[in-house]
Amino acid sequence: MKYLEEFRDGEIAQRIAAEIRQITTRPWAIMEVCGGQTHSILRNGIDQLLPPEIELIHGPGCPVCVTPLEMIDKALAIAARPEVTFCSFGDMLRVPGTDRDLFRVKSEGGDVRVVYSPLDAVALARKHPEKQVVFFGIGFETTAPANAMAVHVARREGLRNFSMLVSHVLVPPAIDAIMRSPTNRVQAFLAAGHVCSVMGFWQYPPLATQHRVPIVITGFEPLDVLEGIRRTVRQLEAGDARVENAYERVVTFDGNAPAQALLEEVFAETDRAWRGIGVIPKSGWRLSDAYADYDAEHRFDVRDIRTVESPRCRAGEVLQGSIKPTECEAFGRECTPRAPLGATMVSSEGACAAYFNYGRVVQLERVVSA
Amino acid sequence: MSAVLPETTAPAVTPSFDAWTCPMPLRDYPTIVLGHGGGGQLSAELVEHLFLPALGGADPAALADSAVLTLPGSRIAYSTDSFVVRPLIFPGGSIGTLAVHGTVNDLAMSGATPIALSVGFILEEGLPMATLARIVHDLGAAAREAGVRIVTGDTKVVERGHGDGIYINTSGIGVVPPGREIGPTRVSVGDVILVSGTIGDHGMAIMSQREGLEFETTIQSDSAALHTLVGALLDAAPGTRALRDPTRGGVASSLNEIARASNIGLVVREEAVPVRPAVRAACELLGLDPFFVANEGKLLAIVPAAEATAALAAMHAHPLGRDAAIIGEAVDSHPGMLVGRTGIGARRVITMQIGEQLPRIC
Amino acid sequence: MCLAVPGRIAEIFEDHGTRMARLDFGGIHKTVCLAYLPDAVVGDYAIVHVGFAISRIDEASAQETLRHFRELGILEEELGEVADHEYAPPPPCPIPS
Repeated sequence: MKYLEEFRDGEIAQRIAAEIRQITTRPWAIMEVCGGQTHSILRNGIDQLLPPEIELIHGPGCPVCVTPLEMIDKALAIAARPEVTFCSFGDMLRVPGTDRDLFRVKSEGGDVRVVYSPLDAVALARKHPEKQVVFFGIGFETTAPANAMAVHVARREGLRNFSMLVSHVLVPPAIDAIMRSPTNRVQAFLAAGHVCSVMGFWQYPPLATQHRVPIVITGFEPLDVLEGIRRTVRQLEAGDARVENAYERVVTFDGNAPAQALLEEVFAETDRAWRGIGVIPKSGWRLSDAYADYDAEHRFDVRDIRTVESPRCRAGEVLQGSIKPTECEAFGRECTPRAPLGATMVSSEGACAAYFNYGRVVQLERVVSA
Repeated sequence: MSAVLPETTAPAVTPSFDAWTCPMPLRDYPTIVLGHGGGGQLSAELVEHLFLPALGGADPAALADSAVLTLPGSRIAYSTDSFVVRPLIFPGGSIGTLAVHGTVNDLAMSGATPIALSVGFILEEGLPMATLARIVHDLGAAAREAGVRIVTGDTKVVERGHGDGIYINTSGIGVVPPGREIGPTRVSVGDVILVSGTIGDHGMAIMSQREGLEFETTIQSDSAALHTLVGALLDAAPGTRALRDPTRGGVASSLNEIARASNIGLVVREEAVPVRPAVRAACELLGLDPFFVANEGKLLAIVPAAEATAALAAMHAHPLGRDAAIIGEAVDSHPGMLVGRTGIGARRVITMQIGEQLPRIC
Repeated sequence: MCLAVPGRIAEIFEDHGTRMARLDFGGIHKTVCLAYLPDAVVGDYAIVHVGFAISRIDEASAQETLRHFRELGILEEELGEVADHEYAPPPPCPIPS
């Protein structure tokens, strides 16, 4: 696949890693925000090529992990209704709510469908006027344009049987919150390349300046991730704190203007509770008032949802990098991938699942090239 | 009701589905009705006018409740499998094709020569007769091509809404030659892992048809009967330790099962595993790992290192093994675990999935 | 949040009033929404996330990046193949039985 496989070249990966080892002189803690980057790191073993001084902290960049529990419970309540066809990305199916997940709802008779694109849910609404089709609009800024277009198209066509349950989260406020946390250990960020392909990176220079952190816009393939880390370490070693774009083939400073225009119209800023972390002000998007008719939260009465997070779950501390999964008392005991207490044990890039599945303990085995 | 199809030395006239015309009295019923499972006249007509012609055997008067077979040797392999795939018909085959290949392959993985299959149908009221005919003809054709007889069968009908169109169960009997011992507990450190061809074809062919995930592709299911490939392999590499067909859960699940059962560590070199470019592209698009995608015409073989070259050559010489490759080995570390060597020279532990692999956005 | 895959625009059309495109992902084709790339033309490469093309790929930039990678790091030894890193398997995770 062009523009994908070239960026997985093993020999070049090892050369970039060798460069990183050459320029690293002391310990650094770098956070990658995006769950997709975490997945790539774990899947390819990228961290194994790094010198022991570099610690990668896996950030709260996976919507599966951070979608508020209350929103999951609302989704479950709506999906269980007989008149509803509930459509979702595959990632959300096993996320535990207070007492069940979407898979359970499906097994109990709920019409729950996995879709690839939110437009597929719109197509279902056209095809089945007798059902109420609800789409679970989660994700970061990368996914928001798709969700925006879906509800925009539905409204344009007057599809009265379509609605969206929106729970978008935003990256810059999360970076800000992490840097303000008293237990923060993060010294630099790999910013999410695909979020930035939509939003550009004009939001990051104030953060880099205010918190004195390097922020490097990074892609996802092994060479992109390693290059992002290399540029980050170079800045850290030099005492710099700038925004750098290491994903130039896809990301521009301004981002995608037509996408941002529709986002302005369809969504409005809101405070958002990040599961396990708490409320981060102005860190989310909800449907704007113009689109209130298509908001599933209004269409279905889900105001009385009472959520109960497991008291034993420490996912929030894991997401911020304050503790390692193995430092949680529930890890491997009542919390396993089969019976997860929190979202970080469900998601394939949740740190807890990664530690459990990949058998990693505290510090990964470091590998030193011959 | 059970029916026994008498042995025939020559196959019945090969039915062509294109030319098939629904015979009277089936034509009166364009879809399956409850009566077809009632054991009365409708059932008898279904057997006489659809099943017997398609599955071999011409004399309905020979119908009895069970088949009696004369089998050479005394080590019998016995397997059963049920088929619930949706969609019923997909690029490269149908549930009928799978129903034969699945059980034949289960027998072949023990090193057995498949002899005979039973087939049980659970039909949903309302299933179009044309669909059933297509499936039954595929079944018969697959069995004939594999050299396996369908010797007994059963049909039940359930009410509309209580079945997925059709469910099929097949069970099979095969004979294992004396001295042949294939099983995961024989795997030893130093053994070599081979795969017979490209992985992920079947699962992605199915995925390409699923509502909401459709994409245009030439990916076909790889569904195939593997027993002659196994025969060629075992002739060239009689010390073969274990064989496994990586169906649900893919190569990752099968190798994990072997690793656990043998308590030996396995390493697979990811770059060495053959994947068709279209399958790889489809997996990338949906965020799926080909290691976990189902195959229906591939096998994994673990052979002693000394026999690896001969094993590979034997598979390459067989039509179903042209893309065979050596993909890994059994090692003396991490017993019971499957580890992948990634393209950048690092390692990842490849664990069993909890449930089904789903497309992801993250 | 970020699984986006590169594909080549093979055909552009409209569906229900929305700008769509058929993309070639190297062996498979899929129809995606092209509304966010109003200036993209057939032959361009774009990255696709959940059925939407969200950014063009600047091919010159991509080639430049690859060139930079290939020139990186002059090592004493020649690396013909991807070297196998010395691998010590991780100690068993302290999962209580």
